[in-house]
Amino acid sequence: MRATLSVKNLRTHFFTKEGVAKAVDGVDFDVAPGEILGLVGESGSGKTVTGFSILGLIDPPGRIVEGSSIRLNGEELTTAKAERLRSIRGAEIAMIFQDPMMTLNPVLRVDTQMIETVQAHLEVSRADALARSRAALVQVGIASPDERLRAYPHQFSGGMRQRVAIAIALLHRPKLIVADEPTTALDVTIQGQILFEAQRLCRESGTAMIWVTHDLAVVAGLADRIAVMYAGRIVEMGRTADVIERPMHPYTKGLIGSVPSQNTRGHRLAQIPGMTPSLLKLPAGCTFKARCPIAIGTCATMPALEEHRPGHWARCWRVAT
Amino acid sequence: MLVYIIRRLMQAVLVMVVMSALVFAGIYLIGDPVAMMISPDASDVERDAVRAALGLDQPMWRQYLVFVNAAVHGDFGKSFLAGQPAMGLIFERLPATLELAFASLVISLALGLPMGVYAGLRPKSIGAKTIMTGSILGFSLPNFWVGLMLIMTFAVLLPDLLPWWPRLPASGRGATVDLLGLKLSLFTADGWRHLLLPAITLSLYKGALIVRLARATAREVLPMDYVKFARAKGLSESRIVGVHVLKNIMIPIATVSGLEFGQTVAFAVVTETVFSWPGVGKLLIDSILLLDRPVVVAYLVVIVFFFVALNLAVDLLYSVLDPRVRLESRAS
Amino acid sequence: MTDAALEPALPPPPQTPFRRVISDFCESKLALFGLFLVAIALFIALFAPLISPQNPFDIAGLDLLDAKSPPGSVSGDGKMTYWLGTDGQARDMMSAIFYGMRISLFVGFTSVVAALIIGIVVGLVAAYAGGRIDALLMRIVDIMLSFPAILVALILLSLLGKGIDKVLVALILVQWAYFGRAARSAALVERNKEYVEAAACLALPAYRIVFRHILPNCLPSLIVIATITLARAIALEATLSFLGVGVPVTQPSLGMLISNGFEFLMSGSYWISFFPGIALAIAIVGINLAGDHLRDVLNPRNLR
Repeated sequence: MRATLSVKNLRTHFFTKEGVAKAVDGVDFDVAPGEILGLVGESGSGKTVTGFSILGLIDPPGRIVEGSSIRLNGEELTTAKAERLRSIRGAEIAMIFQDPMMTLNPVLRVDTQMIETVQAHLEVSRADALARSRAALVQVGIASPDERLRAYPHQFSGGMRQRVAIAIALLHRPKLIVADEPTTALDVTIQGQILFEAQRLCRESGTAMIWVTHDLAVVAGLADRIAVMYAGRIVEMGRTADVIERPMHPYTKGLIGSVPSQNTRGHRLAQIPGMTPSLLKLPAGCTFKARCPIAIGTCATMPALEEHRPGHWARCWRVAT
Repeated sequence: MLVYIIRRLMQAVLVMVVMSALVFAGIYLIGDPVAMMISPDASDVERDAVRAALGLDQPMWRQYLVFVNAAVHGDFGKSFLAGQPAMGLIFERLPATLELAFASLVISLALGLPMGVYAGLRPKSIGAKTIMTGSILGFSLPNFWVGLMLIMTFAVLLPDLLPWWPRLPASGRGATVDLLGLKLSLFTADGWRHLLLPAITLSLYKGALIVRLARATAREVLPMDYVKFARAKGLSESRIVGVHVLKNIMIPIATVSGLEFGQTVAFAVVTETVFSWPGVGKLLIDSILLLDRPVVVAYLVVIVFFFVALNLAVDLLYSVLDPRVRLESRAS
Repeated sequence: MTDAALEPALPPPPQTPFRRVISDFCESKLALFGLFLVAIALFIALFAPLISPQNPFDIAGLDLLDAKSPPGSVSGDGKMTYWLGTDGQARDMMSAIFYGMRISLFVGFTSVVAALIIGIVVGLVAAYAGGRIDALLMRIVDIMLSFPAILVALILLSLLGKGIDKVLVALILVQWAYFGRAARSAALVERNKEYVEAAACLALPAYRIVFRHILPNCLPSLIVIATITLARAIALEATLSFLGVGVPVTQPSLGMLISNGFEFLMSGSYWISFFPGIALAIAIVGINLAGDHLRDVLNPRNLR
């Protein structure tokens, strides 16, 4: 079955006065229909920029460098015309942002913002668009949708706003949803609900989803596959169970070890020493070398992403099979 | 809300009383209006007679009390020169000034807003840089200078050089039409011919401010998340700018336009002088130069009231445009 | 003997903030052009008596037959060329403009400096004293700022009468509030900074803290405001003189010259208003172009 999204050698660089920031520097992955891929990394790892690159929303001074390929159901997006990209956005690929307070325009009503999304892609009457919006709100579990439609964004709670954002994403039954840390700004109970809803929707409608987050615990329960990013590259990728239970890359191991859980109670939390390198001055060789507990001489050269176990890839010289 | 309005109105009354007292005292202390009105050969007897007739022989505080008493009844005295009630004169000339101010407001918005938004959307383009430099000129060049240049260009030089160029009148107001008891020249073609140059002159300062404000706000708004989200939804660029961006820009623009309207009416004094436009501004200048005290006082009273009303209207307008403000005030 | 090429080059000396301001400022051609215009205006104003072909105030030297001569014409006795024409009283326009520029700049500059001083004192006192004094002073400032400058100046001058000193008073009165407000804001920001606490710990007297420590840090924003205000002051004086309530006829500023020439505009002797108008524009636009860029350069965020 053909992958919904196929990303090959994606490189997105920012050409600033201080130099070139290589936010994303050679990323490859596929997402199958109905599959949820968790894209995990710290801030500065390039995960958000990857998401925006897929939608073509990179503003100058950044741009997607030649040689990159992003295919949606076989169609190449990096060379698509602006108008084609516009019609894809919101309809075939939808995005959910991190902070719903900032993503909904505070001076426009919710129904206005939903109706315009519908009418941007379909020639329907306002009444039809309104009906569709209402149905989408019901779908995400919002009670009394008519009241909500007539309200302004600041009148909602954070969880409710995020549900509205999800509803907007679902208006055109997209083939792919890119969710950029959608639950980070919410408290844990709401987070759980939203995660559950998201999973259900993908299973039912065959929508592929990329869930971008820094929180490994969130994707552990949600995603089918996980890709771990560090300094603009994928350092580990595989089925969720594999990555969580048998991590291969020292960074992944560090991430898992630093999550507090039953097993770590009473022990000091493991920390990864050091900080993410500046994207303007990436070190030569393996970018994780400076913080890696098992770095050796060969780490002076950047390792390639290798499939050390079936379906489980890692970018490290020292993977014990 | 009602309490707020009442409080503001009472403040306005207080300011008006203080202002009128100050001006009254000031004008009283200098200059003898009687000297302006009668010929220098008049005998002292005649002079005293005129003075008594106008009530100018009374001590100052009594004159002031007479004035206040009459003012409360709406009578601000008669203009020394014209013999007509001062307030009546003001109201007669008010429509002309308001017309001018209104036309200039429309022009400054219609030209300033698109230029400012454009400069915000493409800040590095040549067009944007020209617009911004032009805006500096717009608010720095004095009003009367601009009027002068416009007269020179459009009423003198161009018609002289190019015979087919229509000669725009350099003074006076055009034909008027009666509307609700007010004489307005907005609705006649001749009215517009006369209105055009003075309105453009008056609109330059505010237009420049609007351009700069629109550009600054546009640049603030464009990187906002909701603009990015609108793009992610697949909305067309024109919808994003025309609705999402513009609605956010309108709030500060409306506030500034409203507050600046008062300044515009004040600056109309100069424009009316340059173009001999028969509005209250010209009336004020003439009255000042000729020491026609009742008219000056009446003008001030009207202006202060106007300013207060304007401030109040702007506050209300703000709450209409920004739903966050409106709902908060209802909650409190 | 060392080979100069082998010696490691010393790093360039770090730029002092002052030098950086200058170099940032020079990046804008427009600002430099503005500065150039200002220099011309200043030069004319300072050296007016030396460079004017004629003393326009010397009535004896005027030949009424030469009145309203167009630009470029020669005087009746053949002694001088009226490069910019003459006015209704046969005054050489160029000389009149030079002297007029002098008066315009003098009035503008003096009023701004005086308003600046008053405003700084008021603003700093308000910021440092706080509490009720602050509230009272700011109330006064607010009231002054809420009235359009031109109306206040008009009413004031109608009360005071004509004369350069009275114009100065009116201009100062209308402008000090801006500086007061700006000085207070800047001082409030500084007041909360640590060095003020440190100075207070040293038990320095209040006025010393305020004037020796706080004031220098407020200066950048005050300089910017002063520049823009200067242009406004010149424009305001010109407007008032044009309306007939400003400088007296004996000391004509550019505004008054323009006003004098107004009646001749329609009858063809445009130069009597036009050239003073150009001179006025040069001064005002120059100050604004330079001041606008100065504001960007002196933006506190850029200075840190």
